[in-house]
Amino acid sequence: MSKIIDGLYYSESHEYVKVDGEFGYIGITDYAQHELGNVVYVDMPEVDDEVAAGEEFGAVESVKAASDLLSPVSGTVVEVNEALEDEPGLINKDAFENWIIKVELSDKSELDGLMDAAAYKAMIGE
Amino acid sequence: MNNVYYGKLIFELSKEGRCGYSLPENECADYKMADLPANLMRAEAPALPEVDELTVVRHYTNMSNNNFGVDTGFYPLGSCTMKYNPKINEDMAAHPAFTGLHPLQPAGTVDGALEVYYNLQMSLAELAGMSEFTLNPFAGAHGELTGLMIIRSYHMDRGDVKRTKIIVPDSAHGTNPASAAVCGLDVVVVKSRPDGTVDVEDLKPLLDDTIAGMMMTNPNTLGIFEHNIAEIAKLVHEAGGLMYYDGANLNPMLGKVRPGDIGFDVMHINLHKTFSTPHGGGGPGSGPVGVRKGLEQFLPNPRVMKDDVDHFYVENNDKSLGFISGFLGNFAVIMRAYTYILTLGYNNIKNVGPLATLNANYIKESLKDCYELPIGGVCKHEFVFDGLKDKSTGVTTLDVAKRLLDYGFHSPTIYFPLLFHEALMIEPTENESKETLDGFIEVMKTIAREAKEDPEMVKSAPHNTPVRRLDDTQAALHPIVTYRELQAEA
Repeated sequence: MSKIIDGLYYSESHEYVKVDGEFGYIGITDYAQHELGNVVYVDMPEVDDEVAAGEEFGAVESVKAASDLLSPVSGTVVEVNEALEDEPGLINKDAFENWIIKVELSDKSELDGLMDAAAYKAMIGE
Repeated sequence: MNNVYYGKLIFELSKEGRCGYSLPENECADYKMADLPANLMRAEAPALPEVDELTVVRHYTNMSNNNFGVDTGFYPLGSCTMKYNPKINEDMAAHPAFTGLHPLQPAGTVDGALEVYYNLQMSLAELAGMSEFTLNPFAGAHGELTGLMIIRSYHMDRGDVKRTKIIVPDSAHGTNPASAAVCGLDVVVVKSRPDGTVDVEDLKPLLDDTIAGMMMTNPNTLGIFEHNIAEIAKLVHEAGGLMYYDGANLNPMLGKVRPGDIGFDVMHINLHKTFSTPHGGGGPGSGPVGVRKGLEQFLPNPRVMKDDVDHFYVENNDKSLGFISGFLGNFAVIMRAYTYILTLGYNNIKNVGPLATLNANYIKESLKDCYELPIGGVCKHEFVFDGLKDKSTGVTTLDVAKRLLDYGFHSPTIYFPLLFHEALMIEPTENESKETLDGFIEVMKTIAREAKEDPEMVKSAPHNTPVRRLDDTQAALHPIVTYRELQAEA
């Protein structure tokens, strides 16, 4: 049973957004980290890079596979989680605590197109 | 599978001062080392192991016994076409008349080698329905890059400079977008339908005058024939683009379908898959590229040609995309593939595709009651299971793969393609006997039963191998690949 947190926004490609005012913390869900297995590398954008909803902004590489990261929302990267560079396995320890990028949201209405916890839970069949 | 593990390193066998040879007195003893440029001099002697010949021979023989290859057992690695490498290929590639050649010899002194090149170029052209092939690219992805450069050269030659995009299906091998990026093309992804084939309706709006072409693997990554290929090719051609055929899955087509006959303009072949040359680890590979009539002038330099008195020569063409490799590719690999084609002959080679297809379907139909088959119907040379049918046991595809090792089989490809969570991709090739296929099917059924009766035993497999589950996370994060690093760890 994967951990799902109420109040976050979820995408079909298993990323989440945790909204904090004008900012959003983007990471992969607990379900996604479990499916991927041990994460060995996280490819992240740089601060000031633009991300667009539905577009790739990096990749997560695990012992099983490399998967593109798709941004659920558009905006400007204001911070990347540098701890993941040395310890990518943090994502396996707690995927929600260890977000990947922090983005200044350019269009908050995009959040309406994402799933809430209940809808995401239904999508992954748990 | 050999279960006595040999784990020594040659450096651990070293004894200071031990030597396996005696040399005559050095006649160049008065040569002044100081005359050599300082930047070329070593500061200290290299740390080489000091061992006698018998120790070296035993070391590498014992180490080779750790290996699992197609010569030791069944190797159903999907998407890789791990077919048997007939030994006559090795005999021909090792023939002194060829191994003694130097790549800088004048063309007039290597007529025989050039004849091999020319004949293989023409054999591949005949089998693939193309006009001409180059054998210069060193590998499949190198062939992809070469093919895309041909497509670019074709558009540039017509002064059509705005075609900078290439269409790639979302189910494609990762090399397709990578090759396109290296070639300076922007990748546009076309979606698949649930059965893994290209969604024609999703393709239509992508086609405009900025499209250079489309890359396709047929049958696709799921082993399914793209039955809309004629319509797809027509749409891409009407938009002014060229069709590129990724030859990774050519094996089931061999003798039945020629890419040139179903609308493809440019293609590559992996000799190390379809034409039985060694594959994986040992290599090296070879990725010949073929073109349809009208595109020959863009092939890379140099090309091997034949004149009207049956002499062979090499030619450089001004319209060519240029050189993509030193000399003429991997000659020994070319020699093996040519031998394979001649050994089978035209009539037998037509059975390769049908037998590879029959073997894959035989396994698929025999196991679909125990393993989840996401895409039914007839597959080509390979197919994908989505893990065990009974998901309640908690036994994953990784566990099944590890348990297979206990029974002496190499695991199929796992967790690829990404379209399924528990992908198990099986490709038996045409070489395997019915007895081998039945043995594999029996073991796969046994593992499915074990998963129900004793899931913990399967989840802790392998049990009979010299090493158990290795720490693949640490291997990726913290690889130790030299003796010096190992010493530093200790």
